[in-house]
Amino acid sequence: MPKPTEHISPKPENGGKFVFGVLGLLFAVLIVGAGITMWLGGATPGGLSIGGPFSLADGDGKRVTDRDLRGKFMLVYFGYTFCPDVCPTTLNQVAEAMDRLGPRADRVQTVFITIDPKRDTSPVMKQYVASFGPRIMGLTGTEAEIAAVAKEFRVYYAPHRTGDGPNDYTMDHSSVLYLLGPDGTFISPLRADAGAEQLAADLAKLLN
Amino acid sequence: MRRLLLAALLILPVAAHAQSGIALTDAFTRAAAVGGVGGAFVTIANTGAADRLTGVASPDAEKAELHESLVDNGIMKMRPVSGIDVPAGAAVKLAPGGYHIMLMGLKHALVAGEAIQLTLTFAKAGPVTTTARILKAGASMPAGHGMDGHGMGGHDMGQMPGMSMPGMPMHDAPAK
Ligand SMILES: [Cu+2]
Repeated sequence: MPKPTEHISPKPENGGKFVFGVLGLLFAVLIVGAGITMWLGGATPGGLSIGGPFSLADGDGKRVTDRDLRGKFMLVYFGYTFCPDVCPTTLNQVAEAMDRLGPRADRVQTVFITIDPKRDTSPVMKQYVASFGPRIMGLTGTEAEIAAVAKEFRVYYAPHRTGDGPNDYTMDHSSVLYLLGPDGTFISPLRADAGAEQLAADLAKLLN
Repeated sequence: MRRLLLAALLILPVAAHAQSGIALTDAFTRAAAVGGVGGAFVTIANTGAADRLTGVASPDAEKAELHESLVDNGIMKMRPVSGIDVPAGAAVKLAPGGYHIMLMGLKHALVAGEAIQLTLTFAKAGPVTTTARILKAGASMPAGHGMDGHGMGGHDMGQMPGMSMPGMPMHDAPAK
Protein backbone atom coordinates (compact mmCIF):
# COMPACT_ATOMS: atom_id res chain seq x y z
CA MET A 1 0.00 0.00 0.00
CA PRO A 2 1.68 3.23 -1.13
CA LYS A 3 1.75 6.14 1.25
CA PRO A 4 -0.64 8.94 0.33
CA THR A 5 2.22 11.42 -0.10
CA GLU A 6 4.23 9.19 -2.41
CA HIS A 7 3.13 10.85 -5.66
CA ILE A 8 4.80 14.14 -4.78
CA SER A 9 8.25 12.62 -4.38
CA PRO A 10 10.58 12.96 -7.41
CA LYS A 11 10.00 10.39 -10.12
CA PRO A 12 12.10 9.14 -13.04
CA GLU A 13 12.42 11.44 -16.10
CA ASN A 14 9.40 10.07 -17.90
CA GLY A 15 7.08 11.18 -15.14
CA GLY A 16 8.61 14.66 -15.19
CA LYS A 17 8.20 14.98 -18.96
CA PHE A 18 4.61 13.88 -18.67
CA VAL A 19 3.87 16.54 -16.05
CA PHE A 20 5.54 19.20 -18.19
CA GLY A 21 3.52 18.09 -21.20
CA VAL A 22 0.27 18.30 -19.30
CA LEU A 23 1.11 21.72 -17.87
CA GLY A 24 2.06 23.02 -21.31
CA LEU A 25 -1.17 21.77 -22.82
CA LEU A 26 -3.21 23.25 -19.97
CA PHE A 27 -1.49 26.59 -20.44
CA ALA A 28 -2.18 26.56 -24.17
CA VAL A 29 -5.84 25.75 -23.55
CA LEU A 30 -6.10 28.58 -21.01
CA ILE A 31 -4.61 31.13 -23.40
CA VAL A 32 -6.79 30.09 -26.31
CA GLY A 33 -9.83 29.93 -24.04
CA ALA A 34 -9.20 33.40 -22.66
CA GLY A 35 -8.74 34.74 -26.18
CA ILE A 36 -12.01 33.26 -27.37
CA THR A 37 -13.85 34.54 -24.32
CA MET A 38 -12.58 38.08 -24.85
CA TRP A 39 -13.36 37.91 -28.54
CA LEU A 40 -16.91 36.67 -27.95
CA GLY A 41 -17.65 38.89 -24.99
CA GLY A 42 -16.23 42.17 -26.21
CA ALA A 43 -13.73 42.57 -23.42
CA THR A 44 -13.50 45.73 -21.36
CA PRO A 45 -10.09 47.38 -20.96
CA GLY A 46 -9.49 45.27 -17.88
CA GLY A 47 -10.03 42.10 -19.91
CA LEU A 48 -13.22 41.27 -18.03
CA SER A 49 -16.54 40.87 -19.70
CA ILE A 50 -19.36 41.17 -17.20
CA GLY A 51 -22.95 41.96 -18.00
CA GLY A 52 -25.04 41.75 -21.13
CA PRO A 53 -28.60 41.76 -22.39
CA PHE A 54 -31.29 40.29 -20.16
CA SER A 55 -35.05 40.18 -19.86
CA LEU A 56 -36.42 39.50 -16.39
CA ALA A 57 -39.55 40.12 -14.32
CA ASP A 58 -39.88 42.72 -11.57
CA GLY A 59 -41.97 42.44 -8.41
CA ASP A 60 -45.19 43.02 -10.34
CA GLY A 61 -44.29 40.52 -13.04
CA LYS A 62 -43.53 43.32 -15.47
CA ARG A 63 -40.68 42.74 -17.93
CA VAL A 64 -37.46 44.63 -17.29
CA THR A 65 -34.56 44.47 -19.72
CA ASP A 66 -31.02 45.76 -19.50
CA ARG A 67 -32.07 48.47 -21.98
CA ASP A 68 -34.71 49.74 -19.56
CA LEU A 69 -32.00 50.32 -16.97
CA ARG A 70 -29.67 52.30 -19.23
CA GLY A 71 -29.01 55.89 -18.29
CA LYS A 72 -28.30 55.01 -14.68
CA PHE A 73 -25.45 53.20 -13.02
CA MET A 74 -26.51 49.69 -12.10
CA LEU A 75 -25.40 48.18 -8.80
CA VAL A 76 -26.31 44.53 -9.05
CA TYR A 77 -26.20 41.67 -6.54
CA PHE A 78 -27.16 38.03 -7.04
CA GLY A 79 -28.63 35.98 -4.21
CA TYR A 80 -31.85 34.42 -2.97
CA THR A 81 -34.49 35.30 -0.43
CA PHE A 82 -34.17 32.02 1.51
CA CYS A 83 -30.67 33.12 2.44
CA PRO A 84 -30.97 34.51 5.98
CA ASP A 85 -27.40 35.61 6.46
CA VAL A 86 -25.12 37.05 3.79
CA CYS A 87 -27.75 38.13 1.25
CA PRO A 88 -29.79 40.34 3.61
CA THR A 89 -26.62 41.64 5.24
CA THR A 90 -25.34 42.70 1.83
CA LEU A 91 -28.63 44.24 0.74
CA ASN A 92 -28.82 46.19 3.98
CA GLN A 93 -25.29 47.46 3.40
CA VAL A 94 -26.27 48.49 -0.11
CA ALA A 95 -29.39 50.28 1.13
CA GLU A 96 -27.43 52.10 3.83
CA ALA A 97 -24.68 53.04 1.38
CA MET A 98 -27.32 54.53 -0.93
CA ASP A 99 -28.70 56.57 1.96
CA ARG A 100 -25.23 57.87 2.66
CA LEU A 101 -24.75 58.92 -0.96
CA GLY A 102 -27.62 61.36 -0.67
CA PRO A 103 -28.81 62.84 -3.98
CA ARG A 104 -26.06 61.00 -5.87
CA ALA A 105 -27.90 57.77 -5.14
CA ASP A 106 -30.54 58.84 -7.65
CA ARG A 107 -28.03 58.11 -10.39
CA VAL A 108 -27.80 54.47 -9.33
CA GLN A 109 -30.35 51.72 -9.79
CA THR A 110 -29.74 48.94 -7.28
CA VAL A 111 -30.84 45.54 -8.53
CA PHE A 112 -31.17 42.22 -6.72
CA ILE A 113 -31.38 39.24 -9.08
CA THR A 114 -32.42 35.89 -7.63
CA ILE A 115 -30.59 32.69 -8.50
CA ASP A 116 -33.47 30.69 -6.94
CA PRO A 117 -36.34 31.50 -9.32
CA LYS A 118 -38.31 28.42 -8.24
CA ARG A 119 -38.99 29.89 -4.80
CA ASP A 120 -38.39 33.55 -5.58
CA THR A 121 -41.46 34.45 -7.59
CA SER A 122 -42.31 38.08 -8.36
CA PRO A 123 -44.53 38.53 -5.26
CA VAL A 124 -41.87 36.98 -3.01
CA MET A 125 -39.20 39.24 -4.48
CA LYS A 126 -41.42 42.31 -4.19
CA GLN A 127 -42.06 41.79 -0.50
CA TYR A 128 -38.44 40.91 0.19
CA VAL A 129 -36.74 43.89 -1.44
CA ALA A 130 -39.31 46.27 0.08
CA SER A 131 -37.94 45.38 3.51
CA PHE A 132 -34.70 47.13 2.55
CA GLY A 133 -36.38 50.37 1.55
CA PRO A 134 -37.66 51.68 -1.77
CA ARG A 135 -34.43 51.66 -3.79
CA ILE A 136 -33.75 48.00 -4.54
CA MET A 137 -35.39 46.44 -7.59
CA GLY A 138 -35.91 42.69 -7.27
CA LEU A 139 -35.77 40.68 -10.49
CA THR A 140 -36.65 37.07 -11.19
CA GLY A 141 -37.39 35.02 -14.29
CA THR A 142 -37.65 31.55 -15.72
CA GLU A 143 -34.90 29.05 -14.96
CA ALA A 144 -33.51 29.70 -18.45
CA GLU A 145 -33.59 33.49 -18.08
CA ILE A 146 -31.81 33.32 -14.74
CA ALA A 147 -29.23 30.89 -16.12
CA ALA A 148 -28.56 33.28 -19.00
CA VAL A 149 -28.13 36.41 -16.89
CA ALA A 150 -26.00 34.55 -14.33
CA LYS A 151 -23.73 33.37 -17.11
CA GLU A 152 -23.34 36.90 -18.45
CA PHE A 153 -22.39 38.16 -15.02
CA ARG A 154 -20.19 35.12 -14.35
CA VAL A 155 -22.24 34.16 -11.36
CA TYR A 156 -22.06 30.53 -10.31
CA TYR A 157 -25.02 28.96 -8.56
CA ALA A 158 -26.21 25.46 -7.74
CA PRO A 159 -28.79 23.98 -5.38
CA HIS A 160 -27.59 21.94 -2.42
CA ARG A 161 -30.10 19.41 -1.03
CA THR A 162 -30.65 19.44 2.73
CA GLY A 163 -33.61 17.05 2.90
CA ASP A 164 -36.28 15.23 0.93
CA GLY A 165 -38.91 17.97 0.80
CA PRO A 166 -39.36 20.21 -2.25
CA ASN A 167 -38.04 23.21 -0.33
CA ASP A 168 -35.24 21.37 1.44
CA TYR A 169 -32.36 22.95 -0.37
CA THR A 170 -30.01 25.88 -0.05
CA MET A 171 -28.24 27.61 -2.92
CA ASP A 172 -24.50 27.84 -3.36
CA HIS A 173 -23.76 31.08 -5.20
CA SER A 174 -21.14 33.66 -6.02
CA SER A 175 -21.58 36.55 -3.63
CA VAL A 176 -20.62 39.47 -5.83
CA LEU A 177 -21.64 43.07 -6.11
CA TYR A 178 -21.01 44.70 -9.49
CA LEU A 179 -21.23 48.27 -10.70
CA LEU A 180 -22.11 48.87 -14.34
CA GLY A 181 -22.08 52.22 -16.08
CA PRO A 182 -25.08 54.09 -17.52
CA ASP A 183 -24.24 52.55 -20.92
CA GLY A 184 -24.29 49.03 -19.48
CA THR A 185 -20.55 48.46 -19.47
CA PHE A 186 -18.89 46.85 -16.51
CA ILE A 187 -17.06 49.24 -14.18
CA SER A 188 -15.96 47.37 -11.08
CA PRO A 189 -16.76 44.73 -8.52
CA LEU A 190 -17.44 46.16 -5.06
CA ARG A 191 -17.01 44.82 -1.56
CA ALA A 192 -20.02 44.97 0.69
CA ASP A 193 -18.45 43.28 3.68
CA ALA A 194 -16.40 46.32 4.68
CA GLY A 195 -19.48 48.20 5.83
CA ALA A 196 -21.94 50.67 4.37
CA GLU A 197 -19.65 53.66 4.95
CA GLN A 198 -16.82 52.09 2.97
CA LEU A 199 -19.18 50.96 0.23
CA ALA A 200 -20.59 54.48 -0.07
CA ALA A 201 -17.06 55.90 -0.30
CA ASP A 202 -16.06 53.35 -2.96
CA LEU A 203 -19.22 54.10 -4.93
CA ALA A 204 -18.74 57.87 -4.70
CA LYS A 205 -15.35 57.50 -6.39
CA LEU A 206 -16.83 55.51 -9.25
CA LEU A 207 -19.89 57.65 -9.97
CA ASN A 208 -18.51 60.07 -12.50
CA MET B 1 -39.33 56.97 27.69
CA ARG B 2 -35.87 56.52 26.31
CA ARG B 3 -34.67 55.58 29.81
CA LEU B 4 -37.31 52.91 30.00
CA LEU B 5 -36.35 51.56 26.61
CA LEU B 6 -32.69 51.43 27.57
CA ALA B 7 -33.51 49.64 30.77
CA ALA B 8 -35.56 47.12 28.86
CA LEU B 9 -32.75 46.59 26.38
CA LEU B 10 -30.30 46.03 29.20
CA ILE B 11 -32.36 43.35 30.80
CA LEU B 12 -33.96 41.61 27.84
CA PRO B 13 -31.10 39.88 26.08
CA VAL B 14 -29.70 37.98 29.05
CA ALA B 15 -30.72 34.41 29.63
CA ALA B 16 -28.63 32.58 32.13
CA HIS B 17 -28.84 29.02 33.20
CA ALA B 18 -27.73 29.16 36.79
CA GLN B 19 -26.59 25.58 37.30
CA SER B 20 -24.82 25.02 34.00
CA GLY B 21 -22.91 28.22 33.47
CA ILE B 22 -24.44 28.74 30.04
CA ALA B 23 -25.49 32.33 29.41
CA LEU B 24 -27.08 33.67 26.23
CA THR B 25 -26.64 37.33 25.36
CA ASP B 26 -27.21 39.72 22.47
CA ALA B 27 -29.76 37.54 20.71
CA PHE B 28 -31.18 39.17 17.62
CA THR B 29 -32.97 38.38 14.42
CA ARG B 30 -34.15 40.48 11.51
CA ALA B 31 -37.39 41.65 10.00
CA ALA B 32 -38.82 38.97 7.70
CA ALA B 33 -42.08 38.03 6.00
CA VAL B 34 -44.60 35.49 7.24
CA GLY B 35 -43.92 32.06 5.77
CA GLY B 36 -40.35 33.03 4.96
CA VAL B 37 -37.05 32.34 6.62
CA GLY B 38 -35.10 34.26 9.20
CA GLY B 39 -31.62 34.12 10.62
CA ALA B 40 -31.14 34.50 14.35
CA PHE B 41 -27.88 35.16 16.14
CA VAL B 42 -26.75 34.93 19.75
CA THR B 43 -23.64 34.86 21.89
CA ILE B 44 -23.23 31.78 24.07
CA ALA B 45 -20.97 32.13 27.07
CA ASN B 46 -20.00 29.08 29.05
CA THR B 47 -18.54 29.48 32.53
CA GLY B 48 -19.12 25.81 33.27
CA ALA B 49 -17.87 22.54 31.79
CA ALA B 50 -17.53 21.95 28.06
CA ASP B 51 -20.93 21.65 26.42
CA ARG B 52 -22.46 21.40 22.98
CA LEU B 53 -25.39 23.21 21.39
CA THR B 54 -27.44 20.46 19.78
CA GLY B 55 -30.78 21.98 18.90
CA VAL B 56 -32.86 25.12 18.52
CA ALA B 57 -36.54 25.93 18.50
CA SER B 58 -38.80 28.95 18.36
CA PRO B 59 -42.54 29.12 18.91
CA ASP B 60 -42.60 31.62 16.05
CA ALA B 61 -41.25 29.23 13.38
CA GLU B 62 -42.38 25.85 12.08
CA LYS B 63 -38.81 24.64 12.11
CA ALA B 64 -35.45 25.85 13.34
CA GLU B 65 -32.02 24.49 12.52
CA LEU B 66 -28.38 25.27 13.20
CA HIS B 67 -26.64 26.45 10.05
CA GLU B 68 -23.24 27.62 9.01
CA SER B 69 -22.45 30.12 6.25
CA LEU B 70 -19.10 29.72 4.60
CA VAL B 71 -17.27 31.07 1.62
CA ASP B 72 -15.52 28.43 -0.43
CA ASN B 73 -13.49 29.77 -3.35
CA GLY B 74 -15.68 32.86 -3.60
CA ILE B 75 -18.84 30.75 -3.49
CA MET B 76 -21.28 31.45 -0.65
CA LYS B 77 -22.63 28.30 0.93
CA MET B 78 -25.04 27.52 3.74
CA ARG B 79 -24.99 24.13 5.44
CA PRO B 80 -26.92 22.61 8.33
CA VAL B 81 -24.69 21.56 11.21
CA SER B 82 -25.51 18.88 13.79
CA GLY B 83 -24.21 20.92 16.70
CA ILE B 84 -21.81 23.59 17.87
CA ASP B 85 -19.23 22.96 20.58
CA VAL B 86 -19.11 25.43 23.44
CA PRO B 87 -15.81 24.77 25.23
CA ALA B 88 -15.42 25.33 28.96
CA GLY B 89 -14.77 28.96 29.82
CA ALA B 90 -15.34 30.07 26.23
CA ALA B 91 -17.81 32.26 24.41
CA VAL B 92 -19.14 31.25 21.02
CA LYS B 93 -20.70 33.90 18.88
CA LEU B 94 -23.34 33.03 16.32
CA ALA B 95 -22.98 35.97 13.98
CA PRO B 96 -23.61 36.90 10.33
CA GLY B 97 -21.07 35.20 8.09
CA GLY B 98 -20.66 32.28 10.49
CA TYR B 99 -23.16 30.22 12.42
CA HIS B 100 -26.82 31.14 12.56
CA ILE B 101 -30.09 29.79 13.78
CA MET B 102 -32.18 29.21 10.69
CA LEU B 103 -35.86 29.89 11.27
CA MET B 104 -38.05 28.34 8.61
CA GLY B 105 -41.78 28.70 8.01
CA LEU B 106 -42.22 31.85 10.07
CA LYS B 107 -45.68 31.80 11.63
CA HIS B 108 -45.99 35.57 11.50
CA ALA B 109 -44.04 38.46 10.06
CA LEU B 110 -41.01 39.46 12.11
CA VAL B 111 -41.43 43.17 12.70
CA ALA B 112 -38.45 45.36 13.61
CA GLY B 113 -38.70 46.55 17.20
CA GLU B 114 -40.52 43.47 18.40
CA ALA B 115 -38.97 40.29 19.79
CA ILE B 116 -39.23 36.51 19.54
CA GLN B 117 -38.37 33.63 21.85
CA LEU B 118 -35.54 31.22 21.08
CA THR B 119 -34.82 28.02 22.96
CA LEU B 120 -31.36 26.57 22.57
CA THR B 121 -30.82 23.01 23.76
CA PHE B 122 -27.44 21.95 25.07
CA ALA B 123 -26.18 18.43 25.55
CA LYS B 124 -25.49 19.03 29.26
CA ALA B 125 -27.25 22.23 30.21
CA GLY B 126 -30.50 21.26 28.51
CA PRO B 127 -32.85 23.92 27.15
CA VAL B 128 -32.04 27.61 27.69
CA THR B 129 -34.47 30.24 26.48
CA THR B 130 -33.71 33.79 25.46
CA THR B 131 -35.43 36.72 23.82
CA ALA B 132 -34.17 37.84 20.43
CA ARG B 133 -34.78 41.42 19.40
CA ILE B 134 -35.96 41.92 15.85
CA LEU B 135 -33.73 44.39 14.03
CA LYS B 136 -34.46 45.80 10.60
CA ALA B 137 -33.89 43.55 7.58
CA GLY B 138 -30.25 42.64 7.12
CA ALA B 139 -29.08 44.59 10.17
CA SER B 140 -26.47 43.39 12.62
CA MET B 141 -25.69 44.34 16.18
CA PRO B 142 -24.00 47.75 16.35
CA ALA B 143 -20.24 48.08 16.10
CA GLY B 144 -18.31 47.63 19.29
CA HIS B 145 -21.06 45.58 20.73
CA GLY B 146 -19.63 42.26 19.82
CA MET B 147 -16.00 41.27 19.71
CA ASP B 148 -15.03 42.10 16.14
CA GLY B 149 -16.45 45.61 15.86
CA HIS B 150 -17.20 45.11 12.18
CA GLY B 151 -19.47 48.10 11.90
CA MET B 152 -22.07 46.16 10.01
CA GLY B 153 -25.38 47.96 9.93
CA GLY B 154 -27.35 48.98 12.95
CA HIS B 155 -26.64 52.69 12.66
CA ASP B 156 -30.06 53.39 14.02
CA MET B 157 -29.02 51.81 17.28
CA GLY B 158 -25.49 53.13 17.25
CA GLN B 159 -26.93 56.58 17.82
CA MET B 160 -27.81 55.82 21.40
CA PRO B 161 -24.86 57.31 23.20
CA GLY B 162 -23.13 55.87 26.18
CA MET B 163 -25.01 52.65 26.04
CA SER B 164 -23.38 49.71 27.69
CA MET B 165 -25.08 46.45 27.04
CA PRO B 166 -24.35 43.08 28.51
CA GLY B 167 -21.92 41.40 26.19
CA MET B 168 -18.34 40.37 26.59
CA PRO B 169 -16.94 39.56 29.03
CA MET B 170 -19.24 36.70 29.76
CA HIS B 171 -19.64 37.31 33.49
CA ASP B 172 -21.05 40.79 33.00
CA ALA B 173 -24.15 41.23 35.03
CA PRO B 174 -26.93 43.41 33.64
CA ALA B 175 -26.29 46.84 35.14
CA LYS B 176 -28.81 48.45 37.50
CU1 LIG C 1 -29.48 29.00 7.10
